[in-house]
Amino acid sequence: MSGLVLISYGLIAFGMIFHALGAISLFRFPDVYTRMHGTTMITTFGSIFVILGVAFYGFLANDFALAAHPLIALAFLLLAAPASSHATARAAHRSGVYPKPAIVDRLREAEK
Amino acid sequence: MLFFVCAFFSFVLYLILTAGSGNIGLWAPEEIALAFIFAVPTGLIASRMLSALGFKGGTAFLSPRRWLLFFIYIIVSFIPALVKANLDVAMRVITGKINPGIVKISPKLKTDFGMTMLANSITLTPGTLSVSIDDKKKELYIHGISLSGKDAPISEICGNFPEWAGRVAE
Repeated sequence: MSGLVLISYGLIAFGMIFHALGAISLFRFPDVYTRMHGTTMITTFGSIFVILGVAFYGFLANDFALAAHPLIALAFLLLAAPASSHATARAAHRSGVYPKPAIVDRLREAEK
Repeated sequence: MLFFVCAFFSFVLYLILTAGSGNIGLWAPEEIALAFIFAVPTGLIASRMLSALGFKGGTAFLSPRRWLLFFIYIIVSFIPALVKANLDVAMRVITGKINPGIVKISPKLKTDFGMTMLANSITLTPGTLSVSIDDKKKELYIHGISLSGKDAPISEICGNFPEWAGRVAE
């Protein structure tokens, strides 16, 4: 429990770096679509490492529930996150928020 | 048949959530009984909702070959692409270099299940985001954060995901 717990702290810290970068991307990127790439980074890499850190901590503490439940939460997060991202992007495009700047917009060309 | 598939997954999920509660395997007898009791209404509701949406079959979810291929896909193809894309987008957040746009790809998949799997894999990878889908022509509109040009090739957008989606889902 003593030295190995540092691995779990390290995993959580590594995930937090990606959470922070995702939050910064909301300010740095210009429109809704590019910002959503930053939030995808939060749900994948950030959450995967934080959840693995918590699960590893539960494994070290011999707490089976604490080790298993975060992994189930991760599975459902990875199932639900793309659906919500896709719904937000589709709703934005349908309500007339077009990507700006963009080198090409094939969807708008197809709708015309 | 759809009812049994939904009830089976509800049963398995309840057992995973309550693992470690007793001594029949890992479970207490009350938890196994409760898993049965909850699986029946869950299966009824879920199968009614799915068939109202026009969903047919469902036995594909019970095939061990597909599950094995799915885990191979996750380890061999998806995780390397995820790591690469995350580091790439993290660098773009810091440097601010972007070249965004929406492109169209034709992945040549036939079933809805395959298209769903491909679109979810693309959206989960940072740097690419599926914005819309053409149901009839089976085409996807993808927003990419760093495109090489107006007609970026399909391998640049999603690597070898379409081949794997075809292998797992069709």
